[in-house]
Amino acid sequence: MTPSTLKRTPLFDVHRSLGAKMVDFGGWEMPVQYSGLVDEHHTVRRAVGLFDVSHMGEIEIRGPEAVRLTDYVTTNSVDKLKIGQTQYSGLLYEHGGFVDDILVHKVADDHIFICVNASNQEKDYSHICALNKFDAKVEYASDRYAQIAIQGPKALETLRKLTPVDIAAIHYYWFQDGEVAGVPARIARTGYTGEDGFEVYCAPSEAPAVWRKLTEAGSEFGIKPCGLGARNTLRLESKMALYGHEIHASITPLEADLAWIVKFNKGDFVGREALLKQQEAGIKRKLIGFDMRGRGIGRDGYEVNLDGSPAGWVTSGSPSPTLNKNIGLCYLPAQHAQVGRKIEVIIRNQAVEAETVPTPFYKRGK
Amino acid sequence: MDYPADFRYTKEHEWIHVDSGVATIGITDHAQHELGDIVYVDLPKTGSNAEVGKTFGSVESVKAVSDIYAPVSGEIVEVNEGLATAPETLNQDPHGKAWLIKVRMSAPDEMKRLMTAAEYQDYVGAES
Repeated sequence: MTPSTLKRTPLFDVHRSLGAKMVDFGGWEMPVQYSGLVDEHHTVRRAVGLFDVSHMGEIEIRGPEAVRLTDYVTTNSVDKLKIGQTQYSGLLYEHGGFVDDILVHKVADDHIFICVNASNQEKDYSHICALNKFDAKVEYASDRYAQIAIQGPKALETLRKLTPVDIAAIHYYWFQDGEVAGVPARIARTGYTGEDGFEVYCAPSEAPAVWRKLTEAGSEFGIKPCGLGARNTLRLESKMALYGHEIHASITPLEADLAWIVKFNKGDFVGREALLKQQEAGIKRKLIGFDMRGRGIGRDGYEVNLDGSPAGWVTSGSPSPTLNKNIGLCYLPAQHAQVGRKIEVIIRNQAVEAETVPTPFYKRGK
Repeated sequence: MDYPADFRYTKEHEWIHVDSGVATIGITDHAQHELGDIVYVDLPKTGSNAEVGKTFGSVESVKAVSDIYAPVSGEIVEVNEGLATAPETLNQDPHGKAWLIKVRMSAPDEMKRLMTAAEYQDYVGAES
């Protein structure tokens, strides 16, 4: 027996006691499912689910030029952020490809809090440090935070029982510092499921107690712990990008249908030149959604043909529990990346018919 | 979950139960649990041949696709057609209602290589 070299979150024992199936996710031993992926997926769409996302990394930037540094290393406009506001953004290489996709929170004029992908945290930290020519300090803060996501139409009612903060007043993509279950916490109205919900950051040592109290608070709504499996199908239905799939070092935001997070007019930022050049030359490939029409699931990495010739690849594909069909995202040559195009996904050496469709596949009602 | 003592098991997580020279073949409870919610089952046609160690079909869940390997050789005399429309049966009753195919064995000696229930239990215990 070799001891596990996988990293664990402070909720590892909780997952074990809940009977979760644990998997290696980018070097982390994480719960992929508890009661079952489809059941967990529906629980989030219909009621409320609880996710341990403590594997996600945190980087804090402080100092008089914290905003300037963050603006320089990210694509979205940090300068425009109000205190207490969050934005989705890209961390790019000079050549325009993604280092990571991130959430930037403005805590104060001299304090930026960034949530990054688990498997990218060391890379992101080094990347930002290397570009820090400003009067700012970059801190690797992942060890200071656990993160729990409460997601679904009953997330508000669940969480409000445990906090004096008026969380109903927190708008989507805003956050507030306060207490949850009696411990200091950062409460952000963000998520990766396409539902209303919150992401709560707290000290790792407090995470098991916060988790337990959330479970109690949500029990009347049928709250369930949810794993990475449901997290993936939920985000895919909502067409949220996953690093390593839709985006990576050789994909730019313009190709990934994320031009909205690129603010060219904000001034210089890493990757700007490359993106401007790409825009001028014309975007060659674009991300687009598809529905399987033939029998089968177009999965990550499968080839996509157009009129019998190789043309692209699937970045994510799965049955959609909400829509009850097989959906996916793929890259296609830009001139063909239009809705209503017949494509073929190569599933185990067989061309299976699919059609490009509008995204997101699922959008919650107001 | 109990693994029936009168079944035999493969390392690829198929089970086999033999009755008068006809082997009923399915996937184990461990296999369905590892796969999660099953959405497709691809099975061969009745009358085709299964060859020991070769794939004869596949089971697909929300998360993954998994090939199914024939534990023995022979003619496929029956296929569980019900699974095409109710693949979730494989999650509910993998050792019973959700059998996959029945094979008239051409080389019953092939059974000797397979694991007993106790051996399989140890095997999946060690694997997980």
